[in-house]
Amino acid sequence: MTCVPTGSYRPPRPSVARTRPLWFALVLALASAVTLAFLFIPVLGIFVNTSVARLVSSLGNPESTDALRLSLETTAIAVAVIALVGTPAAYALATRSFRGKAVLVTVIELPLVLPPAVAGIALLAALGPNGILGGVLKDAHITLVFQTAGVVVAQVFVASPFYLRMAQTAFAGIDRSLLDTSRTLGSTEAGSFARVAIPVALPALTAGLALAWGRALGEFGATLMFAGSLQRVTQTVPLAIYDEFANDFPAALALSAILVIVSAAVLIAVRFVVGTAALGSAGR
Amino acid sequence: MLDAELAGPVGDMELDVALHVAPGQCLALAGPSGAGKTTILQMIAGTQTPERGRVTCGDEIWLDRSRGIVLPPERRRCGYVPQDHALFPHLSAWRNVAYGLGSQRRSERHRLALELLERFSLGHRAGARPQTLSGGERQRVALARALAIAPRVLLLDEPLAALDTRTRAQAARELGAVLRQAGIPSLLVTHEFHEGALLGDRVAVIDRGTVIQEGRPEELAAAPRSAFVAEFTGSVVLTGHARADRGPLTVVELDGGGIASATDPGEGLVAISVFPWEITLRPHDEHGHDSAQNRLIARVHSLTAVGNRVRVGLEAGQPLVAEVTQAAADDLGLRVGLEVAASWKATATRVTAR
Repeated sequence: MTCVPTGSYRPPRPSVARTRPLWFALVLALASAVTLAFLFIPVLGIFVNTSVARLVSSLGNPESTDALRLSLETTAIAVAVIALVGTPAAYALATRSFRGKAVLVTVIELPLVLPPAVAGIALLAALGPNGILGGVLKDAHITLVFQTAGVVVAQVFVASPFYLRMAQTAFAGIDRSLLDTSRTLGSTEAGSFARVAIPVALPALTAGLALAWGRALGEFGATLMFAGSLQRVTQTVPLAIYDEFANDFPAALALSAILVIVSAAVLIAVRFVVGTAALGSAGR
Repeated sequence: MLDAELAGPVGDMELDVALHVAPGQCLALAGPSGAGKTTILQMIAGTQTPERGRVTCGDEIWLDRSRGIVLPPERRRCGYVPQDHALFPHLSAWRNVAYGLGSQRRSERHRLALELLERFSLGHRAGARPQTLSGGERQRVALARALAIAPRVLLLDEPLAALDTRTRAQAARELGAVLRQAGIPSLLVTHEFHEGALLGDRVAVIDRGTVIQEGRPEELAAAPRSAFVAEFTGSVVLTGHARADRGPLTVVELDGGGIASATDPGEGLVAISVFPWEITLRPHDEHGHDSAQNRLIARVHSLTAVGNRVRVGLEAGQPLVAEVTQAAADDLGLRVGLEVAASWKATATRVTAR
């Protein structure tokens, strides 16, 4: 507390709260505009160069429709697998502490930073005919290379870290006393997981699944190297686009436009279902 | 009857307590934060396990480390209300209350939950989400939820702490009534002695994982066994019977003899309390006191220096404590066994029903 002389002293009139300086407001506006333009103009380009007629005719092209159907099927399976296995795994990581946990979490996050080509090589080295698990798979009569199952494996490999990371953060953020109280009210640990942990974390879990799905849908490199690009079997939309790109650029554009529309539709649907707050504060 | 013996390391301290609570009784665990009070509740509820110990409730053994018995919390049926109330944010008030009702039909669970909410005058908030409830309402929903499972024991962690001062007095009254009606052992945790005294039949003062002293609140306030308890309890509590009198003052006939008057209203069985520093000591043969001044002849039985003051333990039919300056103590020549007159103002005397 400072000493205030009495009598003649008058406190200064509080000035009207000053807004941030003009130059800083300009910097913010400019940075936002550049960011938005940079991210949006390429997407816009796809649609500017594609006519509606082209879009419709592309939907009649069997190569496009096969790719689209395959993409939707494989990503749906991949997301289901990620949700089913990833949710309990993320819960375990969030609620248990054990030796080497930090190392494990790093290993889980590794696919996030792996270049797609490295991911493809890694999958071949592990699950390919001569991979470390190749013999086991062969004995079980499971073939992944050049098979639709291989596409799903590649998608799960690259997409699951997105979900695991978000789900783990969400579960770790749940107040311990909520789960404890659930136990005292008669729920088992599994019951508390299903009745409290999942519902409380649901917005973040859904956001995480949407991110994982987006990553799976765009999966290209690892799929190409591990599963190949066979129409109706392993040729998903990104692979079909790359295929068209070489001989029919307008067709590639049209297919890209369809992929953008489908992705946007799913993201908007998720946002609508969970509410904007959930995606905005995902992970909380 | 709840019996709990808990021991083992908790953080950087060593927990070692033995607690016994009879049905219909409330034991208040009072102590500074970090004393291990919440941990004790959690160990009884089963969400934490002590290194050594035994917890029994009636004829059920919930925990016996020596025999390897550790019942999970879901099989103990403790009505546990944590400090933050821990209402499930994704469920409405009635669904929170119905959470522990398990396998019964939905209509039946709804009916039971509503009945409990009504009992806490919250029937109209049954459909509300926890985020929209006030602190007092949340506390009552949490309490209703704990009672819904017909608990064997009630465990309350700082039940009044999250409430503002205005709701606190009423919540304390309601809670007192609930604890009396429940007819089961209850254990509550508080960091304020007067809260423990208000709600607990007995108070156990806890510091660094051990019970320093346990007894009826007035015993603790009057005869603290250590400087810590003395500090913690703060005021002197005397029990008595308020006379039906017409005058402006409430006249209380004290148990064990003597009369005290107070400006607070009161009737029937009451407890009066006064802060030790309000009590002055004079030679017992000095006269000239007015009716607004309480005066009890008392015998000194202990003297404890607290800073530059002296806490004087006195016996006047009931034990009481005065806190005087070192100078005043020297003037009077205070020593154990000396008879003195303890006096304090009627305006400084609080009256509470008991």
